[in-house]
Amino acid sequence: MISAPDVVAFTKEEEYEKEPYNEPALPEEYSVPLFPFASQGANPWSKLSGAKFSRDFILISEFSEQVGPQPLLTIPNDIKVFGTFDLNYFSLRIMSVDYQASFVGHPPGSAYPKLNFVEDSKVVLGDSKEGAFAYVHHLTLYDLEARGFVRPFCMAYISADQHKIMQQFQELSAEFSKASECLKTGNRKAFAGELEKKLKDLDYTRTVLHTETEIQKKANDKGFYSSQAIEKANELASVEKSIIEHQDLLKQIRSYPHRKLKGSPLCSGETEHTQDQASQAATTSNPDESADTDLYTCRPAYTPKLIKAKSTKCFDKKLKTLEELCDTEYFTQTLAQLSHIEHMFRGDLCYLLTSQIDRALLKQQHITNFLFEDFVEVDDRVAEKQESAPPRPVPGRPPSRSLEECPIPQVLVSVGSYKSSVESVPIKMEQELGDEEYREAEVTESSSFDPQENLDYLDMDMKGSISSGESIEVLGTEKSTAVLPKSDSQASLTVPLSPQVVRSKAVSHRTISEDSIEVLSTCPSEALIPDDFKASCPSAINEEESYADDSEGAIHFQASVSPPELGEAEEGSLETPPSQIDSSCCIGKESDSLRVPLSPPAHTPSEQDGVVSIPPQRYRQKDQGFRVDFAVENASPSRDNSPEGFPADELDPNRLLASRDVSKTSLDNYSDTTSNMSSVASTSSDRTPSSAHPTGPSSERHKKRAGQNALKFIRQYPFAHPAIYSLLSGRTLVVLGEDEAVVRKLVTALSIFVPSHSHFAKPVKHWVSSPLHITDFQKWKLIGLQRVAPPAGAGALHTLGRYSRYTSVLDLDSKALRCPLYRGALVPRLADHRTQIKRGSTYYLHVQSTLTQLCSKAFLYAFCHHLHLPAHDKETREVVAGRQASFLKLNLGLVNEDVKVVQYLAELLKLHYTQEAPGTSQPTLRFDYVPSFLYKI
Amino acid sequence: MLRWLIGGGREPQGLAEKSPLQTIGEEQTQNPYTELLVLKAHHDIVRFLVQLDEYRFASAGDDGIVVVWNAQTGEKLLELNGHTQKITALITFPSLEACEEKNQLILTTSADRTVILWDCDTGRQVRKVSCFQSTIKCLIVLQRLDVWLSGGNDLCVWNQKLDLLCKTGHLSDTGISALIEIPKNCVVAAVGKELIIFRLVAPTEESLEWDILEIKRLLDHQDNILSLVNVNDVSFVTGSHVGEMIIWDILDWTVQACECSFWDPSPQLDTQQEIKLCQKPDDISIHHFTWDEENVFAAVGRGLYVYNLHMKRVIACQKSAHDSNVLHIAKLPNRQLISCSEDGSVRIWELREKQQLAAEPVPTGFFNMWGFGRVNKQASQPVKKQQENSPPCSLELIGDLIGHSSSVEMLLYFEDHGLVTCSADHLIILWKNGERESGLRSLKLFQKLEENGGLYLAV
Repeated sequence: MISAPDVVAFTKEEEYEKEPYNEPALPEEYSVPLFPFASQGANPWSKLSGAKFSRDFILISEFSEQVGPQPLLTIPNDIKVFGTFDLNYFSLRIMSVDYQASFVGHPPGSAYPKLNFVEDSKVVLGDSKEGAFAYVHHLTLYDLEARGFVRPFCMAYISADQHKIMQQFQELSAEFSKASECLKTGNRKAFAGELEKKLKDLDYTRTVLHTETEIQKKANDKGFYSSQAIEKANELASVEKSIIEHQDLLKQIRSYPHRKLKGSPLCSGETEHTQDQASQAATTSNPDESADTDLYTCRPAYTPKLIKAKSTKCFDKKLKTLEELCDTEYFTQTLAQLSHIEHMFRGDLCYLLTSQIDRALLKQQHITNFLFEDFVEVDDRVAEKQESAPPRPVPGRPPSRSLEECPIPQVLVSVGSYKSSVESVPIKMEQELGDEEYREAEVTESSSFDPQENLDYLDMDMKGSISSGESIEVLGTEKSTAVLPKSDSQASLTVPLSPQVVRSKAVSHRTISEDSIEVLSTCPSEALIPDDFKASCPSAINEEESYADDSEGAIHFQASVSPPELGEAEEGSLETPPSQIDSSCCIGKESDSLRVPLSPPAHTPSEQDGVVSIPPQRYRQKDQGFRVDFAVENASPSRDNSPEGFPADELDPNRLLASRDVSKTSLDNYSDTTSNMSSVASTSSDRTPSSAHPTGPSSERHKKRAGQNALKFIRQYPFAHPAIYSLLSGRTLVVLGEDEAVVRKLVTALSIFVPSHSHFAKPVKHWVSSPLHITDFQKWKLIGLQRVAPPAGAGALHTLGRYSRYTSVLDLDSKALRCPLYRGALVPRLADHRTQIKRGSTYYLHVQSTLTQLCSKAFLYAFCHHLHLPAHDKETREVVAGRQASFLKLNLGLVNEDVKVVQYLAELLKLHYTQEAPGTSQPTLRFDYVPSFLYKI
Repeated sequence: MLRWLIGGGREPQGLAEKSPLQTIGEEQTQNPYTELLVLKAHHDIVRFLVQLDEYRFASAGDDGIVVVWNAQTGEKLLELNGHTQKITALITFPSLEACEEKNQLILTTSADRTVILWDCDTGRQVRKVSCFQSTIKCLIVLQRLDVWLSGGNDLCVWNQKLDLLCKTGHLSDTGISALIEIPKNCVVAAVGKELIIFRLVAPTEESLEWDILEIKRLLDHQDNILSLVNVNDVSFVTGSHVGEMIIWDILDWTVQACECSFWDPSPQLDTQQEIKLCQKPDDISIHHFTWDEENVFAAVGRGLYVYNLHMKRVIACQKSAHDSNVLHIAKLPNRQLISCSEDGSVRIWELREKQQLAAEPVPTGFFNMWGFGRVNKQASQPVKKQQENSPPCSLELIGDLIGHSSSVEMLLYFEDHGLVTCSADHLIILWKNGERESGLRSLKLFQKLEENGGLYLAV
């Protein structure tokens, strides 16, 4: 009997909560971990821990040196998505865990400002108070006007579901890396351009100063210099130094791609990949990235300006927007990538996992999957995956793992495999020269690190950056857990995940930090760094002097890069303190309209001044930004005005689907909503090339329709079975009718039963009006044919009659079918007209599963050696044939005509497997000499 | 509107109109050809097929191109472009002895009055001759003498290097329609109604020149000679437009036997061993012969006849084997015969001894009144003909191949790869034994699997 609370659970959560849970307690060791949020009541799909946003979104924030952490934009750019969620607050949170940004541009050991080519850091953090968990991807962009030339940014994937973040970490990391790489490439290009302008300015200034000095020299030739003259000379010297410095910077930034290339082919591949994407997606012609140096060529139109020697500290200067920092094309491309990410990880975790497992399994069936699977999409994504995660020697989701993952999803990849992959990747080198020493230095360094020390280091960093004891908790870092023993898990988590791994990770960290940020996991650089080393220096391993304090290795390396310049630079730096920041400050001074209150210069996050106490400011440059403003404009009213307790679930159909109505979790619904949303998204962000990821929804909808119509066909026609048998056994089915729409619809529906010859396309011709030819039957297995009135159409009918041996004919107008007899058991299972299945998509899935089963039979049959070849020389063909027959009948349980279906599929498998290049050789037309029968309603 | 559809499953379309044609239903258990491959390369009627080696063949036709194919895979290997008009003859050419590379050569001639020697391995045009006065209609290679002959309005003799050695005078405006080699350095040329025997004189001590001499003219045929073949060491056969088939002695060129009128429906033997079989004059032209050790198979009009050389009589016939003229026939092993016709069909026949009970000859058209595809049942049919005249064997239809939409010009049988047919619908179809192909594919699959290291022995 259904009791009241069962019903109530779906209507009101609070009442269900009151229902006492009174089962006798099991001993601890036998108990299955309960659903994490069971204590909060609710079904598994209920709003998790009171998150204030309705569904996952991506947030881009900046740690502005003027106003501190501030949100820049969200994807999707829709107020409904993040609802009342405090973006400013969360920006503060996520920016404060970025400890890499503490490395400034002017390390003590070197004379010149050096660019840190910093690897991105990837952190997972949770804020249990806000109910938000985030994958945070920190990156730095270069800005000549910024402090230390760097602008720290981060992209965060924010979700209410902690498991989702944890389990999709690899995927998120790979996808965000692409976005980041795109952004950084554009930024380097822009930065180089900026440097060139600056150099021209400086050059011009020098010329002017020089002339002035000469004039002054001539004016007083008394043998001593006036103070004015000395000042001029100093000024000139400073300008010249500045020129050298900027030249050096330009060289550094220009050398970046080459360093990367040299350093690791993997990285270069990745860069190329993103750039390829960029060039594909950009609507305008995109400069070819391979000629990377071309990007930095100067723009001739620029007229140099005079630079004033004394610059004022100007905090009223306008910082560049994100779009200005990058090339517009790259920025657009990045946004496209981000919305792709948003799209990709949309929906419930179980849906993501299922589809991932599905894809992995499909990939595994590489021999048979071409037959019935709609493979274009899967192939794409698989390829993408493989490309995106090259450093891993083992594919991201080995099939076995994903199978294990099914019942109890585990967190991330197993540490072991991750570690091994890290070890297997050679340490990236920038120059051949000094490779050995560099490695040595690194090795000694890393070995000298104690894991515990690492943690302390990290911890201090955390403490430094977080001023208040808020509810943020460090749950774990990637490498430290690898080092730590797993047994030390005494305390229980507030969020008890099932596998122990998580627990140990999490707890070990929380107890140490005693701070309240939940940094669930960090993975600073892309698996290129030895484990120990990562913790101590998460930001920049393979780049130059990012770890200035470990100066030995760095300096060693630096010397090897460019000894002559180094010497020169040291001389220069001894004389005058660096002033380039100041001078650069003044260039973009025209932005007086800023209403942003002046703030003390935001130093690095690690300096424990009051960065956090400064309230995050809204970004107000309306004239400048486009999406940036839009996002924040949308964001702010929601934060200020909208009532609390936004019924988030109601807003988002996707989430509704995931949460309440389980029966609605069908593909067709899903496809519809997603497609709706994607269309909304594309209208709201018209700058984003929506064509970048065209697959998904349309094919889903197509499947649904096809399933629905197939179901209709099965119910409507009592002779559906022989028709489907014809398709499955490779006999061309001609659908004859007068109405094109009707014929097309049925052909589309029936095409789900047509085995493909290759990955490319199904052998289906939707509509023909000319008489058929023998070649058509060789090429197509399902044809929609127009019925033409007798005088004209006699030819068509005649050929149909002549080639009746090769075809089955379904006459839609007279509701008749002419085809061979079918007496098997397979098709009735596949197409039961009394089926309880109501939905097209469900039926489609049913068909897919049945056909997959059939494929496996065909596979067994085709790949069993002794079934096809004689076991010894004396065996005759008849014996082998007898063995085949008995295998088909007894082992595969096939009766009558089902044998022919499996035989046909086996032939296709053989053909596909033996083909050198799939699709090159044409398939033969196979047929049987069997009589046809006429079926009529 | 859809009468054929409603008319029931079993009968093929051609049966709607009444015809005396023997038919077979869809159940053809003896027909091994269950796979076909359509080869498309030509733009006009494909008339000639010639086998190059175990796995290759060449096709040629009215579009002037020659295409070399792989008979196993159906892959197009080469396309030889050189002729500007339709090709009129095509033969394989034995490799030059002197030549190092043993490439397969073919000789083609065309209505553009050229002869081209091709290398079928490279597609190279080896040599070309274009000094002809008329269109060459036939070519023949005399391997013993290392020469080849071309027959047009005159007969020319060439050496391997395509130098003209000698030629006859103008023979006829219609030209030579067929040429065969017979012993004693002689060739037989069919020119209109006449057979002309020429002797080739090879260079000797006295004369360094080649010469060709007309030895004899045979005037026994009443009408144009359409076909001329060597059947064995002692005889050759000619067939004419009016249905005369004459078997000649190969050495003294005398008539051994003559079947000169196929039109009499009641076959009777006379002193000349003439058998008259055919009904209508327009039906009795003899288009093609094929032969084995004991029989000559003739395509006479729409029908097929089997003439036994020992018994000197027709032992089996099928008067209306096709709807239209039979253009080409080929002998298969296992006493099978394949015929192709202008009606676009290809049929497979089997020569069977008649059972004693069924010793009566039965008009072939008769079967059709008694149900379709029940050819085996003729034993119980009524007896009408005299015992002694009845042929002792019968040609049974065991399968038909439907694919071409226009007249099937020629067919070529490969022992290992199946059957090739070419047609006026510009297509070539490769018919294959599906069972054997499946086995071959399995073999290939396991070979590849082994190469990839994916083959494991079951415990």
